[in-house]
Amino acid sequence: MSKINELFTNKLNVINVGIENFRDDLLKQNANVTHLEWTPPGRGNPELIAALDKLEDPSVTDKIEAANKEAVERIINSQPVLIGFDQAINVVPGMTKNTILHAGPPITWERMNGPMKGAVTGAIVFEGLAPNIEEAAVLAASGEIIFSPCHEHNCVGSMAGVTSASMFMHIVENKTYGNIAYTNLSEQMSKILRMGANDESVIQRLIWMRDVLGPILRDAMKLNPNGIDLRLMLSQALHMGDECHNRNVAGTTLLIQALTPYIIQTNFTVEQKKEVFEFVSSSDYFSGPTWMALCKCALDAAHGIENSTIVTTMARNGVEFGIRVSGIAGNVWFTGPAQQVIGPMFAGYKPEDSGLDIGDSAITETYGIGGFAMATAPAIVSLVGGTVDDAISYTTKMAEITTTENPNVTIPMLDFIGIPTGIDIQKVIQTGIMPIINTAIAHKDAGIGMIGAGIVNPPIEAFEQALLALSENIK
Amino acid sequence: MTVQVLVKPNTYIDSVSLMSLSTKANQIEIVEQAIIAMGTEMNKEVIRNVGLMTPEVESAKTSDLVIIVKAASEELCEDAFESINELLTKKKDSSKGKSEVKYSTITSAVHGTPEANLAIIAVNGSYAPREARKALENNLHVMLFSDNVSIEDEIQLKTLAQEKGLLMMGPDCGTAIIGNVALCFANAVRKGNIGIVGASGTGSQEVTVRIHEFGGGITQLIGTGGRDLSEEVGGIMMLAGIKALEEDDATKVIVLVSKPPAPSVEEKVLAQIKQCKKPVVVWFVGGNEEKVTQAGGHFAKMSKEAALKAVLLAGADESKLNKRALNLPLIEEVRAKLNPQQKYIRGLFSGGTLCDEAMHIAMEKFDNVYSNIQRDPEYRLKDVRVSQDHTFIDFGDDQFTQGKPHPMIDPSTRIERFIQEAKDPSVGVIVMDFVLGFGAHEDPVGAMLPAIIEAKQAADEEGRHLEIIGYILGTELDSQNIEGQINKLLASGATHASSSQNAGLLAREFVVKGE
Repeated sequence: MSKINELFTNKLNVINVGIENFRDDLLKQNANVTHLEWTPPGRGNPELIAALDKLEDPSVTDKIEAANKEAVERIINSQPVLIGFDQAINVVPGMTKNTILHAGPPITWERMNGPMKGAVTGAIVFEGLAPNIEEAAVLAASGEIIFSPCHEHNCVGSMAGVTSASMFMHIVENKTYGNIAYTNLSEQMSKILRMGANDESVIQRLIWMRDVLGPILRDAMKLNPNGIDLRLMLSQALHMGDECHNRNVAGTTLLIQALTPYIIQTNFTVEQKKEVFEFVSSSDYFSGPTWMALCKCALDAAHGIENSTIVTTMARNGVEFGIRVSGIAGNVWFTGPAQQVIGPMFAGYKPEDSGLDIGDSAITETYGIGGFAMATAPAIVSLVGGTVDDAISYTTKMAEITTTENPNVTIPMLDFIGIPTGIDIQKVIQTGIMPIINTAIAHKDAGIGMIGAGIVNPPIEAFEQALLALSENIK
Repeated sequence: MTVQVLVKPNTYIDSVSLMSLSTKANQIEIVEQAIIAMGTEMNKEVIRNVGLMTPEVESAKTSDLVIIVKAASEELCEDAFESINELLTKKKDSSKGKSEVKYSTITSAVHGTPEANLAIIAVNGSYAPREARKALENNLHVMLFSDNVSIEDEIQLKTLAQEKGLLMMGPDCGTAIIGNVALCFANAVRKGNIGIVGASGTGSQEVTVRIHEFGGGITQLIGTGGRDLSEEVGGIMMLAGIKALEEDDATKVIVLVSKPPAPSVEEKVLAQIKQCKKPVVVWFVGGNEEKVTQAGGHFAKMSKEAALKAVLLAGADESKLNKRALNLPLIEEVRAKLNPQQKYIRGLFSGGTLCDEAMHIAMEKFDNVYSNIQRDPEYRLKDVRVSQDHTFIDFGDDQFTQGKPHPMIDPSTRIERFIQEAKDPSVGVIVMDFVLGFGAHEDPVGAMLPAIIEAKQAADEEGRHLEIIGYILGTELDSQNIEGQINKLLASGATHASSSQNAGLLAREFVVKGE
């Protein structure tokens, strides 16, 4: 039977695009109707529509699909394992004593916002390159300090992302593809370097982390020959109600549980070990950076696949939001202005106090957790508007702009469907749906720290530029 | 400024909810500043930093809830505490249903609803081809309601549909009935054994309601869009539609509705009719009888005739049908009422094919028939706003719909024109259609009624008879209540025509002279 004759005999099931009255009339006749939430693709911009059309030409669409399939397979099949901790100078490619890595796309000292400047000057003091914050600022402006994005050194950094030579780093190895990703240690909450705070208490904590916490973790992991399978732990944490960006209580418990047997065997005093455990329990955020390194490790493995339209990086430096796309290899950034994060604030602060969106932590959403996995974290729905339904719809909406689901990391609430994986630039531009990012809010001024948390969207300009570049590059 | 502290011992609220509550508390108008937090060391430090520390707060335990309010007076602080307490106890409305899955693209909707088999696309013409292509690529049949789609896009879409064996109805297709479900602008009609392929929407609607009135019914009504039978498109969808209906067991008779096709396309269609195992009734408005008959088709010059032929071929008993013959005494009566200056017909239509049919009926007896849809440029209106001799206007045509809804939805333009025509002393009869059914205005006669009553009154005062013919396209199954519509029309003093064909014939006969 021909397809047309099948239509005559099967029950009509309509997808309605545009005029809503047609849907209502179909419902009156008991037909099944799905009404699309349709908006003009590319916000109606003819240049973008032409680029979409070019990418959807049958001669290239197969290549793109194959490339995207490979990219998401690499994301999904990546097995990031925590294999150790060490100081940045010893492990991070390109790290030098006068290099400071920062979050987001490249930025000069002059253009950095308050929290990032606060973190940079704090790090300079911490490294002993300047005696105080004022002189640190002079040094930062002098050109003696090399600034470079974390992402361009196989690293990620939360919030300001400021990473200097003697800081201890997670070392996460991709057992499937061999690449390694790094990120520094959580300073816990909330008056901390990464949030732009830099007073004596902040520097002292960094010193303790360098001299006690870091070495204990390093030595502990030396005793663990197999490393810690982070993806397995991540999926457990998601089943326990973390989305692993703004909620890390389960993940932190799992991580410290895995580290403890080795920590207690290290050659440090009981008092020092007790300090470590107290530090870990002082904030749920301890494992936050760990998941970022996992995501970075998986996404780096998917970067640089010719013709792929999958996003491999979303990162913000507090001034600009930048993305990288698999099909455009290397460090080519597409940027737009950083946005204001909307959400509840700590007592005593108002929205006008907040600095703009900052940090590499959007790597979690790029992987499919964080805001993308909101449905699995009902405990923090007040961050995203209030109801569990809201949380679920955030996750289902992200399925509209992603390529597949990751069967290794699932969401019980959605019948164990995998997290939405592989943001496709084409789908973002076509639907106008922007990735949703859960994140923290730093005070806009240097020296203060975290003042809230909430959600934010990237600027669409970054995605539009990427689409145009992809359509020009397509082979 | 007063600062007041309330410590609720042993009351736990999680930190994220607290942040959210704090934010809301700070939005309370009378509140200068509010802090709601658990009595942890970290929170105490924040409180200290903002200068609101009190001994009471200092002594609060980690498990105590601390509420601090700064307001203009003690009284206002108390009020603020009350509002904050309301926030703390406020329960969410749990009556709200589960969230429905929303899709933004055809591809994702198909992914989520694999049973989907047809897409209706009604978006701006510059985006429509892209969406239609997506639908076809996802193996959906398409009804493309949008107009302003280029003929190149139409050819490309229809060729793709043909390759995939799918229906590509449109662009500019407003009417279809698939599996007894009316799509966009169509009427509620009985299920039966007559299948229709129509390149003109209201023409197809007219044939379905006439078949329904004769007691027959419809299997499928496949729309093709008005340009399908052009040289360029080559009748791709009409040919595919005929073939599908021929293969459809439920269909016994096929009816084709269109303007006359381009010559090369006509040949293809006729060749297919010749091969077709089922009887095919052809109503090509203003078309050629001889060729159709030669091809073994059943030619119909007019719409009711097409419906009648179809139901008879489908097995109806002719002796039992009410064929709704013309009311000849009425014609004599109206002729007598009109004065010698009242020579002209003015047809004001919302349905393009209804306009076309009435126009062609008039053209059989008059040469001076003008319209915005005349095929002969000599008889096309120079200015669509000004009528000339016998004039038939399709208000659904592009000149009238730029930036405005179709007249079947928004009757305002036609009402204005009606008032203008009713004042013209050379006008003998005004003929209008009122289309009911899905998608159409809920009370089209009612919208026109005040204007009809007023115009008739004004004409009476001038001592001339103004003859108004209304035709209401619809069935008793349509939601607008056709009985009520007819009664309204009759009560205004207008004449009710029982079909498009009769409306055209009555209009012509009322003003024709010297037989």
